[in-house]
Amino acid sequence: MISNFGNLLLFASIVLSLSIIYLSNKNLKLNGNQITKHIFQLSLIQSTTVIICFFTLIAAFIVSDFSLITVYQNSHSMKPIFYKITGTWGNHEGSLMLWVIILSIFSFLFLIYNKNHPKKFRLLTLIIQNILIIGFLFFILLNSNPFSPLSPIPKEGLGLNPILQDPALAIHPPLLYIGFVGSSIYFSAAIASLISNYSEKNFASSIKNWILISWSFQTLGILVGSIWAYYELGWGGFWFWDPVENASLLPWFAMTALFHSIIVFEKRNLFYFWVIILCLMTFILSVTGTFLVRSGILNSVHTFASDPTRGIYILSFLSLMIFGSVFLLFKKYKTENYNLNQNSKETFVLVNNWFMMFYLVTVLLGTIYPIFTDALSQNKISVGPPFYNAIIFPVVVIFLIFMSIGPNASWIKNKFDNIKLYFSILLGAILINLMIILFFKNFSILSNFIIISALFLILSSIKDFVVSKKKNNLDLGRIISHGSFGFLVLFIGLNYIFSIEKDYNMKIGEIKKFDNYSIEFKNLELKDFTNYQAVVGEFEIFNGKDRNILKPEIRIYSNPKTLTYEASIKTSFIKDHYLTMSNIDRSDYYNIKFQEKPLMIWIWLSVIMVVIGGLLRFFKNAKNS
Amino acid sequence: MQKIVKTIILLIFLFILSVFFIGLNRDTNYNTANQINKEIPDFKVSYLNKENFFTKNDLRKNNFTLINFWASWCAPCRVEHPLLIRLSEEKNMKIVGVNFKDKKEQAKNFLDELGNPYDVSTKDTNGKQSVLFGIYGIPESILINKELIVIKKFVGPLSENDLNYIKEIIK
Repeated sequence: MISNFGNLLLFASIVLSLSIIYLSNKNLKLNGNQITKHIFQLSLIQSTTVIICFFTLIAAFIVSDFSLITVYQNSHSMKPIFYKITGTWGNHEGSLMLWVIILSIFSFLFLIYNKNHPKKFRLLTLIIQNILIIGFLFFILLNSNPFSPLSPIPKEGLGLNPILQDPALAIHPPLLYIGFVGSSIYFSAAIASLISNYSEKNFASSIKNWILISWSFQTLGILVGSIWAYYELGWGGFWFWDPVENASLLPWFAMTALFHSIIVFEKRNLFYFWVIILCLMTFILSVTGTFLVRSGILNSVHTFASDPTRGIYILSFLSLMIFGSVFLLFKKYKTENYNLNQNSKETFVLVNNWFMMFYLVTVLLGTIYPIFTDALSQNKISVGPPFYNAIIFPVVVIFLIFMSIGPNASWIKNKFDNIKLYFSILLGAILINLMIILFFKNFSILSNFIIISALFLILSSIKDFVVSKKKNNLDLGRIISHGSFGFLVLFIGLNYIFSIEKDYNMKIGEIKKFDNYSIEFKNLELKDFTNYQAVVGEFEIFNGKDRNILKPEIRIYSNPKTLTYEASIKTSFIKDHYLTMSNIDRSDYYNIKFQEKPLMIWIWLSVIMVVIGGLLRFFKNAKNS
Repeated sequence: MQKIVKTIILLIFLFILSVFFIGLNRDTNYNTANQINKEIPDFKVSYLNKENFFTKNDLRKNNFTLINFWASWCAPCRVEHPLLIRLSEEKNMKIVGVNFKDKKEQAKNFLDELGNPYDVSTKDTNGKQSVLFGIYGIPESILINKELIVIKKFVGPLSENDLNYIKEIIK
């Protein structure tokens, strides 16, 4: 029953999309700048249908309707209600529904919020967006249907992978999807702009807020994923350069480049084609990421069951998008003459874009290189953190310096004030860095350069705040984002240098000592919970002043039967103590991994502040328009 | 000049996409396409209910054998199960079930619930023997003749068409 209802709604959505395309096309030929009411209505009905369809699937998960294969494979009747709901998008089929929801809601909102723009541009955007929606709906219906029935109906489901049963992972996919699926709207708008020759600066105002909003959510999504990895995967790290993490980072670089260059486009009517290329690139990279993750072509911690036919479908879709947009771009491309002054703001924004492209290409190469060697030479290799760390971090130093001084350059003019002031700021940064070295007695050239440049950015941002407040032209969003990015790099740098990691095999009653720390294994308990059993260890960490009790767990989930290791983390403003424990077969020893990670909470907070900066800019734009 | 640049850009995209395509279809270690018309490998799996071993030689006495890889945790296996039950009525073919990476208790419950189509039930608890057959996902079935030559391999659940095909071959 539920299967038929779901399929009916999916089918109805396709029909609605086709009708929107048909009506928009008809409306295009009419004179006047008016869009008929029917298109608005249809667009609203379509979003509603897709949402109802998604809620139907959620309902099936809540009542544990195992007549649907997706529910059977990803849920269990004993699972807490919260995870029944979040399980809806914790799998390939359900998450594609989320894709389509965001595609259609963004499509509707774009239509109603851009009334000041030419009709042709709006309708073409709507048409392209609906072509994307149809593409994904067909993919869902033919290949990844969450409403596929299962018969005979099993009595019990297989359950959701326990490491996905986590509040952070409940919100991680929706946040990330608003980010990279949201970028579809400026992909569509860019194509519409090319076709309708709508290349004036007003085009920028139609998409800039969408870029900001998708960028903010993308950043938050990546942050939540990192936080989850930090406390759930038990390695004590928060970024692993895993192909799937990289896949989320690629569109992020393109978005970041985009919302900087669009400022120039809006102010100076420059870089039109570059902005278009970035718009196209962002969504194409999002789909590429989806292809890499879902086709199973790469191995990664994100173990969505893979299926080659999925890969073929997404790859065909991707090829169509790439060749379609490249051909269109070639047809419309006109050489633009840039007469930029060396020290103007335009140049600095362009520099930002070069850096973003450099990072993008580096991460893209590292991510797809293994596929190339495997496909072309049958060599299986993997590209790990050393590659990225070696290439990316040294460049960050220069990047941060540009990030500090760029915003203060003026438009058009080739004039740069306050060189002396910047020297004194640099001096200040070096002094603070020296204090850090003396205080902690730890030194490495690269990390000190990174810390100096991060401090330089922070101090410059503070200076900007004070100066612009006096002049009453405060750009708070930018200052917060840039400054917080400086803090982020600073905290990551300090965290990297001052982390401590120790490995021991211990049994109850033992005490291990190192430096001025002692770790005592005090107790072991067995506890029963609704959907798992836990072996809970009790450890006392003493560092000469404070005593902390840490209780890492080994959990035995019943459905599906899985063992997970839960880290115990004591967070304070200065540092985290991080302890994981795993059992050793046939012995009463446990393997203990203790880590001290300084300033973790500040890393998360810096990212949130970066996002707040972006959102401030978004609200400011929204108010002005 | 511009033309050359455009062509190069297109070629780069074409190259990347083709590599993706090849990557999707590349031969992995586990591919069994090349096993068709070849003799099956030597293998040794234990029975589901006892600790004796079942090997290649035990298959020689059957005219045709269908080796079916399944598990209680595999949803498509449920889908194909009624077809296997129907196939088990065929006199000219024996069905050997290989229970793949499963718990004995759950496997038994599965067969009690849905019926047992297997003439011989065996288990491959760690999945290593199945690798010899190139199994990388289940369900998969391999049809072999008396000479132990692989006639056909079915990836994924058996369909009505596969059923007719098998019946046609073993007639």
